[in-house]
Amino acid sequence: MSRFVQSLRLWFAPQRIRDEGETPDYRFSLANERTFLAWIRTALALIGGGFAVDQFLPDLRWAVRVGLALALLAAGVLCALRAVNHWIRCERAMRRGEDLPVSRFPAVLSLTVAVVAVAMVVLVLFGRAG
Amino acid sequence: MGGTAPGDEVRDPGLQPERTRLAWRRTTLSCTVVAVLGIKLALVDDTTAAGLAGLALSALLWIGFLAVAHRRIRALDAARPRVLSTRGALLAAGCTVALAVCGAALIW
Repeated sequence: MSRFVQSLRLWFAPQRIRDEGETPDYRFSLANERTFLAWIRTALALIGGGFAVDQFLPDLRWAVRVGLALALLAAGVLCALRAVNHWIRCERAMRRGEDLPVSRFPAVLSLTVAVVAVAMVVLVLFGRAG
Repeated sequence: MGGTAPGDEVRDPGLQPERTRLAWRRTTLSCTVVAVLGIKLALVDDTTAAGLAGLALSALLWIGFLAVAHRRIRALDAARPRVLSTRGALLAAGCTVALAVCGAALIW
């Protein structure tokens, strides 16, 4: 957890990242930025999915519909926050010449998306009766 | 498209700045879709104060994201662009999170 607090401090004191190590090749930083943007798009897709569930599945019961939508929105928020955190950690690792940080977030996210997708299929097929 | 000034380096053959710029464009497009869905969410039932607030907030957040992306796209129009500022990254992610929170409030 202290690693997280450390990078959280970097979020709000961006000049500190420049104090560390050497500036990497700008192309590496741009690649890191594109990865960050890809994660932001993933977050936006999850959020859009949450909005879509609420709007386009009106036959579901209120609790189920809102629960699914809020779960997707929460996943989107997590994904966006994690995008910033990972971007900063990668940038710092590149400056220090360390290995890039590894993360279990992609695995957790894909499992969550798979579970939500299966739940949606089940709900759309059998939820109308309820 | 900036012309190459006399002292400029040769452009990266991998076109990294261009690719990054297109990534920002794609992300802006995704944000637009989400903002439109959010606005539709706000307009779904009778016009209420909460709905109007949600609509205004969604539009504002979309404009905020657009501004960040536009600034960055302008900055990328260089042979050797500087690193994305932490503020820019935080603002982009912040707009995304705020859109989600705004939508969650509307759905609730």
